[in-house]
Amino acid sequence: MTDMTIAEQMITIGLCAAATLITRFISFLAFSPKKPTPRYIQYQGLTLPCGIFAMLVVYCLRDVDLLSFPHGIPEAIALAFTLALQLWKRQMLVSMTGGTALYMLLVQQVFA
Amino acid sequence: MIFNSFKAALPRTLPIFAGFWFLGLAYGVFATAHGFPFWYPGLMAIAIFGGSLEFVAVSMLCSPFAPLQTFIVSFLIQARHIFYGIAMLEKYKGLGWKKPYLIYAMCDETFAINCSSQLPEGCDRGWYYFFVSLLNQSYWVTGVIAGSLAGDFITFNTKGLGFVMTTMFAVIFTEQWRNERIHTHAYIGIVCSLFALVLFGKDSFMVPALVMMVAALTLFRKPITRQIAEASHD
Repeated sequence: MTDMTIAEQMITIGLCAAATLITRFISFLAFSPKKPTPRYIQYQGLTLPCGIFAMLVVYCLRDVDLLSFPHGIPEAIALAFTLALQLWKRQMLVSMTGGTALYMLLVQQVFA
Repeated sequence: MIFNSFKAALPRTLPIFAGFWFLGLAYGVFATAHGFPFWYPGLMAIAIFGGSLEFVAVSMLCSPFAPLQTFIVSFLIQARHIFYGIAMLEKYKGLGWKKPYLIYAMCDETFAINCSSQLPEGCDRGWYYFFVSLLNQSYWVTGVIAGSLAGDFITFNTKGLGFVMTTMFAVIFTEQWRNERIHTHAYIGIVCSLFALVLFGKDSFMVPALVMMVAALTLFRKPITRQIAEASHD
């Protein structure tokens, strides 16, 4: 429960929103759409996304504890299954549904 | 044209629907369990629209009022969006009134879809990005509100459903990998992410990881640019 006044709560939420908006808008404000984007920034825009997705996978798996049961085994199996489906069918929805369903089965039944 | 763009956007956002409803329900239950009325999480879902920060915001609201710290912590949690912006500079160029909305609504998942997807045929670029963003945001907001209203009535076992987000990012990474002939920058991304995770821990590794990636890509700009140029000549 909160001890803040309503005004303080609204300021807190407002600051969270403002910080978020700044991070989302700052790149677009820094580089004018009328002038071509500098080559260096274009290069970063081209090569960075792949790494960002690698990072987001790591972020999703950040709570996996390799040292205690079940040692990340359900995650490893389900992820391998997802990638196998994707390389075989190349249907994003199929791979994601299959991988998630297998994961739920593993954590609810097998490694419960 | 507008309808075609909607038809193309909808199926690509369905996985996000599953993920956002699950996470949104969880967040709604979490926030109301801390004693907030249902419209608080709803307000935060619209105003902040960034899942991880919204969870943190609940604990900030339950702590003593600390505006400066609130702002700094929020900025650090959200700093990765600066890099999303750089990646989307060209794609969001020249989209008129839609552009401010697209930038405001650029969460991880919306960025993921709009950054990676080849535009389907018969689609308008602006409307397609717009519908992806709007659909994703509506999933999140409705999920959060539903969770705060009806959290107690969920009966089926949803354990593990959140894994859908992991599979999405993994599949997108695989597709990016297959579409690119040069993988040097992908390796840099993997190494930097794992290195930052070990060095900075699971709660604050993303910004250091991104800074390392930008630094490494800058350091190897010449060889990578040459590799890309050579690969496109073959």
